Amino acid sequence: MKKLSGLLLAVGVSVGVFFAGGAHAQQNLLNVSYDVARDFYKDYNPLFQKYWQEKTGEKVEVRQSHGGSSKQARAVADGLEADVVTMNQATDVDFLAEKGLVATDYAKRFPDNASPYTSTMVFIVRKGNPKGIKDWNDIAKPGAVQVIIPHPKNTGNGRYSYLAAWGYALKQPGGNDKTAQEFVSNWLKNAPLFGSGGRDATTTFMQRRIGDVLVTFESEAELIAREFGRGGFEVIYPSQSILAEFPVAIVEKVVDKKGTRKVAQAYLEYLWSKEGQENAANNYLRPRDPEVLKKHAAQFPPIKTFTVDEVFGGWSKAAATHFKDGGTFDQIYVQK
Amino acid sequence: MFPAAAKPNGVLPGFRLGLGYTLTYLTLLVLIPLAGLILMSGQLSWADFWATATGDRALASYRVTFGASFAAAAVNALFGLIVAWVLVRYPFPGKRFVDALVDLPFALPTAVAGITLATLYAENGWIGEQLATLGIRIAFKPAGIVVALIFVTLPFVVRTLQPVIEDIEAEVEEAAASLGASRWQTFSRVLLPGIFPAWLTGFTLAFSRAIGEFGSVIFIAGNMPLISEITPLLIISKLEQYDVLGATALAVVMLVISFVMLLVINLLQWWAANRHSKSRDGDGAAGAVALAGARP
Repeated sequence: MKKLSGLLLAVGVSVGVFFAGGAHAQQNLLNVSYDVARDFYKDYNPLFQKYWQEKTGEKVEVRQSHGGSSKQARAVADGLEADVVTMNQATDVDFLAEKGLVATDYAKRFPDNASPYTSTMVFIVRKGNPKGIKDWNDIAKPGAVQVIIPHPKNTGNGRYSYLAAWGYALKQPGGNDKTAQEFVSNWLKNAPLFGSGGRDATTTFMQRRIGDVLVTFESEAELIAREFGRGGFEVIYPSQSILAEFPVAIVEKVVDKKGTRKVAQAYLEYLWSKEGQENAANNYLRPRDPEVLKKHAAQFPPIKTFTVDEVFGGWSKAAATHFKDGGTFDQIYVQK
Repeated sequence: MFPAAAKPNGVLPGFRLGLGYTLTYLTLLVLIPLAGLILMSGQLSWADFWATATGDRALASYRVTFGASFAAAAVNALFGLIVAWVLVRYPFPGKRFVDALVDLPFALPTAVAGITLATLYAENGWIGEQLATLGIRIAFKPAGIVVALIFVTLPFVVRTLQPVIEDIEAEVEEAAASLGASRWQTFSRVLLPGIFPAWLTGFTLAFSRAIGEFGSVIFIAGNMPLISEITPLLIISKLEQYDVLGATALAVVMLVISFVMLLVINLLQWWAANRHSKSRDGDGAAGAVALAGARP
């Protein structure tokens, strides 16, 4: 009985806190975002609040919600009142556009495909690069190395890796879908396991010391350095890789209902300002602004990239070909 | 107020209220969500449903999920019995502390358990290192799934058996022994029938909890298609692709298999309880005498 009343009390208190938290009079924005954008927006929100107050004299509160990108998109579709969404894959914003929450031409409403910064897939190898890994073909030779990646079907990080390898194979002399599938199949056979997410794959590679190469976002390399120290690994830039874009969009229905369109628009636009772009660079995301990129050139070595749109005709097509049931990923495993 | 209705409930009033509450509660929390799930899967054509439910990866995942869950529940049934027995019957220093440890797997977020186990059992982990010298690999293999499930379901068997073992008086064993029963006979003919129904309940709880487990498993499983993918992971995978209907198809299959298995186990339990109570009502003492008679 004591336990029960304690539980009820706890529930009551948390419900109370929840409602009290929601009952603010000042303008507030809810930014629903993907998991690893936490640090980025933690730094960005105060910059924007300062800018907005100086410009309009108004105070704005920005609340954040982070989680797996597609889970977040589903939450918004199910009624989570996000003013803006900042995702790590166009698939997730496309889904919201399909549901009528986001403008179908959201990618044109902001510059650069509505992606204020980019990243790319790179290789993390052990100190001294003992296996001499330089490019995608080095990690796709049957049995040559052990590759660590998160699940290519379930995680954004894994999907980018998969498409990067596929795109690389396509761009080789004589490359076509058949050679690409064989290349990716050989590459996946070098994976002893699939991490459940990007961070899990990193832990497996860095802490459990499994595998010879980890394929992950360039921005993740800096986080690895902060967590595990700079001495234990090297970053290898392959000859070419995929351009990862992180689209942002206004949730039309919500801003109209809440009357927050102006501030939501400004919130996203400010991502392209010098301050916003600097913040991206500080979080090891490649800024779009050429000047800011140049300033941080040491941090972002030049790399040839291709986009999902160029090579795969957009995310929805890529998902249908590669990641849907019976897509190329399933074929690789089922037709053994 | 309701003499007829109050009767089965004994002294305390409120039978109708209680029953009404029970039914509403179960309907809101269990029946409606499950009905929604089944209705939603009804939007799929039968052909699509069948294709999704019997795809190669799906079939492999049922084998992994139910096989690993069964193995984990079986291991816990055996060792849970020993743990429960020791905790009830033997006084030893720090008993309360050990007793409290049993509940920890309930309290720990399962993801934390999964990450910790993966780190321990990886080839450079404390336990994995030792096992690797013997050529045994646990982490990122199907065996890792079983280890995670054993951890998560540990409390069930122990906690269901403890009160039942407490109820068995030591005199029963003494009587059996004094009548000449061997240790094994005392255990199998005198003690086991009494604890069997509870034991089965513990096994069932552990088994069903293991089937649904996701958080701890995905960190240690390795998640390789056809080898170490559990069905809940495939469901998440479908949701990631916004294939909600496909996800519900798999969920319905899991639900049906689980329901049939639980039903069978419940029938088994009912049968065992019935048999046991009959032999108890009839000739508990005579049984002991017969036992004694069997030995010179």
